Amino acid sequence: MPEMTLVDSVNDALHTAMDEDDRVVVMGEDVGVNGGVFRATEGLHDSYGEERVIDTPLAEAGIVGTALGMAMYGLRPVPEIQFMDFIYPGFDQIVNEIAKLRYRSGDQYEAPMVIRTPYGGGIRGGHYHSQSSEAYFTHTPGLKIVVPSTPQDTKGLLLSAIEDPDPVMFLEPKRVYRAVSDDVPEGHYTEPIGEARLAREGEDVTLIAYGAMHHVAMEAAERAADEGVSCEVVDLRTLVPFDRETLEESVTKTGRAVIVQEAPRTAGFAAELSAFLHEECILHMIAPVQRVTGLDTPFPYTLEEEYLPTPTRVLDAIDETLTY
Amino acid sequence: MAVADLEQRLDPQGEPTGDPPSLDEDELLRIYRAMAATRRVDERCMKLQRQGRIGFYGASTGEEAAAVGSAAALDEEDWVFPALRQGGVMLYRGWSLEKWFHHLFGNEEAAEKGRSMPCHFSDRDVNQVSWSSCMATQLPHAVGMAYAADYQGDDTVAAAYLGDGATSEGDFHTAMNFAGVWDAPVVFICNNNHWAISVPSEKQTASETFAQKAEAYGFEGHRVDGNDVLAMYEATREAVEKARRGEGPTMIEAVTYRIRGHSTSDDPSRYRDEEEVEDWRRKDPLHRYQKYLVMQDVAAPDDFEAIHEEIEAEIEEALAAAEEGSPPDLESTVEDVYDEVPPHLADQMAALKNQLEE
Ligand SMILES: Cc1ncc(C[n+]2csc(CCOP(=O)(O)OP(=O)(O)O)c2C)c(N)n1
Ligand SMILES: [Mg+2]
Repeated sequence: MPEMTLVDSVNDALHTAMDEDDRVVVMGEDVGVNGGVFRATEGLHDSYGEERVIDTPLAEAGIVGTALGMAMYGLRPVPEIQFMDFIYPGFDQIVNEIAKLRYRSGDQYEAPMVIRTPYGGGIRGGHYHSQSSEAYFTHTPGLKIVVPSTPQDTKGLLLSAIEDPDPVMFLEPKRVYRAVSDDVPEGHYTEPIGEARLAREGEDVTLIAYGAMHHVAMEAAERAADEGVSCEVVDLRTLVPFDRETLEESVTKTGRAVIVQEAPRTAGFAAELSAFLHEECILHMIAPVQRVTGLDTPFPYTLEEEYLPTPTRVLDAIDETLTY
Repeated sequence: MAVADLEQRLDPQGEPTGDPPSLDEDELLRIYRAMAATRRVDERCMKLQRQGRIGFYGASTGEEAAAVGSAAALDEEDWVFPALRQGGVMLYRGWSLEKWFHHLFGNEEAAEKGRSMPCHFSDRDVNQVSWSSCMATQLPHAVGMAYAADYQGDDTVAAAYLGDGATSEGDFHTAMNFAGVWDAPVVFICNNNHWAISVPSEKQTASETFAQKAEAYGFEGHRVDGNDVLAMYEATREAVEKARRGEGPTMIEAVTYRIRGHSTSDDPSRYRDEEEVEDWRRKDPLHRYQKYLVMQDVAAPDDFEAIHEEIEAEIEEALAAAEEGSPPDLESTVEDVYDEVPPHLADQMAALKNQLEE
């Protein structure tokens, strides 16, 4: 298996999908000739031509709205939104149209499409190149939300998303686009949407995270181990629908949970997970769930490292649950 | 449909065409100075980025005339809603270079307190509203501001800048439509620099020109040589005067070219020919204007050297001052989210401080 970075794995998955199925089209700003500002679509334009790899006008509502029309008519569009921070001009199309088409048409029409977008902080991008706004979308019935954290999962999940009959938002942790690499299977290969990955087994506390924060959780687990604390780490992978079984099992076993999310705290996805754990596992829990999150502020520029959750902050939260 | 003529006051050799400009010598030199400062500051900032001293930069090389020529036609009390390449507007309006560098370094001394990424120049002192990065979002604001000024009986005009790429966003069309319906005192200035990152302007629109879009919204659009600073000045002046007379909006398409990459994160060799860039280098707005100034005896060739040296010295001084600046206080992260820091944010900050102090 070749070793790949996360962004190369996105690219590999797109090549694989376009090779296998000529209904797959890629579209967005700078995705064609330039191969994407992060190079996620590198080489696609050369291999599949401008009819299938479309450099669109600069308009997110147009990108996702026309993708919906294509999806209705049988294509499998994979629109890219250059940064998640720029998705909002397309918000109405996503939330009111793409998410609801199957339901409001009584299942006569469907919207099989994958909206890929890099999200998250840690790249010195300030308010408009750092947002982690998954919660707006997890709150929208009709969308599946996938957030990979490793190159291997990225390919498997992206190919699953493209095959999925429902619209999927595929959020790519750009902070680790090139910072992580692992072995990625060649050719067609899928990972199931809706299943978490048990990334590390442990006894004392369950750490739950997704995307870039999974790596923060792993580092915290490593450091906790040095202090004799055994962490189980769950990489959520899919936010909607999330893997209830894995979470329930793990927290029933450990009795403690720390959830890490880089998005602002209030009404973030960690709150949903926390509510779920309290509802389902309360009799097994030794301490209330702890959340380690971004602040309830716009994403700062200079002080971004202070804003973002760190392994140290996760360790503090672990400590809170242990000393409760 | 015939393509509208390109409005010019200077031919590529700097020879005046048509009426002489309505500017005196001091004004002509102030314009030159701001253009030259923009060019030099950009060069310095590109270097700072390469040295890793700032994280990002988007230069406006080649587009100085579009920025400064239009800025010179505005009054001090007019409001500016910039896009990415309007640093020259700020410099013409007298914004200090020290503040410029504080902003690039993300210092607490910056007008925006170190919260925004580089190149989001804004300062209430020069009536330049903060730009958000999100393409075209500023345009409806400009129309609303213009409406409010009119409503309050002020004769303040809004200058709303955008790029060719931004004309594809819904907010552009919404703003143009509202401006037309309301007869708002706003001037849209669209730098058609032929590229939106890697996407050429032919892929943004099937219209012959960007200027003609104004027609559909019920007002005039002018296609102006954006590398001709006097043409930019005159076209903007007419549009501003018209707006002040209560005769509504105008759109100006400044036909120009993005000489450098989109930003320091971009490699234009991936998508465009160097030949095209060379063609446009020959139309350099600064050289053209220099020739004009010399021909008109407003300046001697040596004067430019002196001006450039002065600018370089100012840059070094401002840079040195900004390098002494400090990062924002941790606590400032939770300030200005609201007028007052609400209890939950105060708690979050207290917890964070505790953790960081451990
Ligand atoms: C809503 C939105 N979508 C995408 C982007 C990413 N982006 C930044 S600049 C740019 C191109 C802008 O082109 P243009 O409007 O022509 O301005 P120029 O950079 O040429 O001055 C793009 C796509 C953005 N900033 N905002
Ligand atoms: Mg442009």
